Amino acid sequence: MSVILVLIGASLIVATGFLFAFIWSVKNNQYEDRFTPSVRMLFDEEDSKKNSVKNSKL
Amino acid sequence: MSQMSLVKDRINSFCYHCGENCDGIEVRSGDKSFCCEGCKAVYEILDGHNLCDYYSIDGEAGLKVKEVPLEKRFDYLDDKDIIARLVEFRDKNISSVTFTIPEIHCSSCIWLLERINKVNQGVINSRVDFLQKRISIVFDNDKTSLKEVVKSLVSVGYEPSINLDTERKKQSSGSTLKALYARIGVAGFCLGNIMLLSFPEYLSIGDTYDQGLKTVFNYLNILLGIPVITYCSSDYFSSAWKGLRNKFINIDVPISLGLLALFLRSVYEILVHENAGFMDSLAGLVFFLLIGKLFQSKTYESVNFERDYRSYFPISVTTVLKGIESCIPVSKLRVGDRILIRNNEIIPVDAILFSGEGYIDYSFVTGESIPEQKVLGEIIYAGGKHLGSAIELEVLRTVSQSYLTQLWNDKAFEKSHKSGIETVTNLVSKYFTLIILLIAFGSAAYWMQTDTDKALTAFTTVLIIACPCALALTSPFALGNSLRIFGKNKFYLRNSFVIESMSKIDSIVFDKTGTITNPKDLRIDFIGSELNDEEKALVKSLVRNSTHPLSRKIHDSLNGSYMFKPVKFNEIIGEGLSGIVEGREIKLGNLRFVIGDIECSFQKSSTDFRKNAISTNVFLSIDGEVRGFYTFNSKFRHGLETLISDLGSDYEISLISGDNCHERTMLSKVFDEENLHFDQLPSDKLRFIKSKQNKGKNVMMLGDGLNDAGALKQSNIGISVTEDVTSFSPACDIIMDANEFSKLGLFLSFAKSTMKIIKISFVISFIYNAVGLYLAAQGTFSPLIAAILMPFNSISIVLFVVGMTNLSAKRRKLI
Repeated sequence: MSVILVLIGASLIVATGFLFAFIWSVKNNQYEDRFTPSVRMLFDEEDSKKNSVKNSKL
Repeated sequence: MSQMSLVKDRINSFCYHCGENCDGIEVRSGDKSFCCEGCKAVYEILDGHNLCDYYSIDGEAGLKVKEVPLEKRFDYLDDKDIIARLVEFRDKNISSVTFTIPEIHCSSCIWLLERINKVNQGVINSRVDFLQKRISIVFDNDKTSLKEVVKSLVSVGYEPSINLDTERKKQSSGSTLKALYARIGVAGFCLGNIMLLSFPEYLSIGDTYDQGLKTVFNYLNILLGIPVITYCSSDYFSSAWKGLRNKFINIDVPISLGLLALFLRSVYEILVHENAGFMDSLAGLVFFLLIGKLFQSKTYESVNFERDYRSYFPISVTTVLKGIESCIPVSKLRVGDRILIRNNEIIPVDAILFSGEGYIDYSFVTGESIPEQKVLGEIIYAGGKHLGSAIELEVLRTVSQSYLTQLWNDKAFEKSHKSGIETVTNLVSKYFTLIILLIAFGSAAYWMQTDTDKALTAFTTVLIIACPCALALTSPFALGNSLRIFGKNKFYLRNSFVIESMSKIDSIVFDKTGTITNPKDLRIDFIGSELNDEEKALVKSLVRNSTHPLSRKIHDSLNGSYMFKPVKFNEIIGEGLSGIVEGREIKLGNLRFVIGDIECSFQKSSTDFRKNAISTNVFLSIDGEVRGFYTFNSKFRHGLETLISDLGSDYEISLISGDNCHERTMLSKVFDEENLHFDQLPSDKLRFIKSKQNKGKNVMMLGDGLNDAGALKQSNIGISVTEDVTSFSPACDIIMDANEFSKLGLFLSFAKSTMKIIKISFVISFIYNAVGLYLAAQGTFSPLIAAILMPFNSISIVLFVVGMTNLSAKRRKLI
């Protein structure tokens, strides 16, 4: 049955890793602004030409 | 390809920058046309830095540029004191600063503002927070300065709002929420793992599996329980302790007792009896409680409840000394200084008009949308916005002594929050805790005579099962959900406690101008001899050429379809306009301008005219014959009459206005005559609220301008009614979108029903607790029942309150 102990230990270590990742992300202000990054990631790289253009203005 | 066609479309008669129609206006740069020099300037800067993708990211990009900024406008940003107050961090090499930019409105704004370093090479990094309309900028001290950074933002059409309030925003408010997130994370982590380790116990295979393994699992549970009790629930302990020290039993006292009993009992069970303990219940409880806290702490990013005059007044002003203009901070102004106020600038101090024509828009102060005209030597009170060409003023009182800011010296502004109200939850928990302790000690004393071990069991079980988890979850979820429903109806509450105060309101005070009337929706009447269609068209053709707000109003009210070109068009600011249209001379303006020098053919009734010669009446003469005058009256907001008559039966309603009583007859149709109060100064309004409160009333005040600020702060609930919730509004408890004004009655009854739901669910959770206590006091309570009953109890209460508040909102058509 000692294999269960090893597995429990491993799972706890992995889970603790995720817990610290979460705490780090909170401390790193990643929950401060939950909207802007969703827009920012859609911008193309610098100096590339865009072909798709929204034309809602006119 | 499509970009090419877009460009072509934009050229034709629409401003390339802001998209406004610019027919017949000749402002061009290359092949593109613009509506004004401001838009063109922004375009040229973007074009010069290869940033024209700005126009293709979001079709809504580009707002009309209000004016071309003056060279000296930002000189005050070189002042060391001001830099120190605005900059968040500064060392030898870099500085960081955060600005609010009201113009941020689309994804193009984010794109451009985060590439501002193409315009200003000194900017190292810039990040936009879209919902808060804020930008954080880090810049290199050697390559640029605060002033240059602001200038480059302005040059691309995004002017940061820099005012006395900016410095106060430095302290960020997000830290408590951050700690809550971290606590929820830890509690969730511990809960999941404890449940995993307790699985054999749940499936009652505890007897068949390895005893050694069981012990390891139990010890691991203790290990996982420690952060839950020490870190995640520390807020409850400290709040309970704080309450006890102030001789006040709040809801956190029985919660803390329950949590402690749960933990210690579990440790005891595991170490002494080698039983499973209740660590899963503990972690689950704390997790739910924290989720409830998060649910309740809903905040609205773009809405600010703390604004006072500081967030409205400018930070600097131009002074004139011996003909030399310089910018100094407003706080350094001294009595007797000469200041220069340009078009659209706000007057920061009480001052005397020294030269120029004053046209002061007090809409932020009083809600009145029609500008007031001021002549030389007149006192101009702080808070007005000047329209028209630059004027020179002499400072009469410093900022802190000014008429409007004096209000803030009232005691009402010293108490930061109207806390300390005895909430229902705390009232209930006071008696609840005492009863629980009585039962716990009683049952312990009873069993002590026969069986000490059973006495201990009974004592801790009573504390555990009586832990008012359902009680503690009820109000966060009910109030949090109501807060969300209110928010959906553009009725933004400062926090969830406001709902409880709302349910206790018994008298309502309305401000008039801007609150029950809509400043943008004016009713225009022409009094005098009726105009025929041709004459109407003549007048319309004339006012078309004026940008004065009243001219625009008259223009929009006349429905003539054909236009003439006036000759000899002449506009005297503050007086009126004149011109010859189709050979007929038309004059439009104040009484002096229209009647003054000409022989009045209306001689007989001219006294009648003189009575109406207040500045907001516009007189009209055609070919020297006075035809009458236009009056402007603001209309009531939609649904006001029904709202007042609905509320009238349950609430004491009064109206308090800074205006004179000329609208008394119109208002008395809606309000009771004796509850109308006119000619009230801001301080009178505050005193009026106080006197009502002294009579034991719970007063709700609805207002909109800075002159209501004192009354809003003093009242039990202050509601600020605004056309645009993100724009300036005085400090208050609730910010309300003016379009939802007619729903006020529904909101009040919804708040009442929410409190009723909370009370019902209190009763339900008492029944749960009574059943549990009955079992616990007998000492026959098994861990398994506890493990089932406690989560069931909590979850069913949460579902009940959320469901009921939704139902109650649906019945009122709020969702």
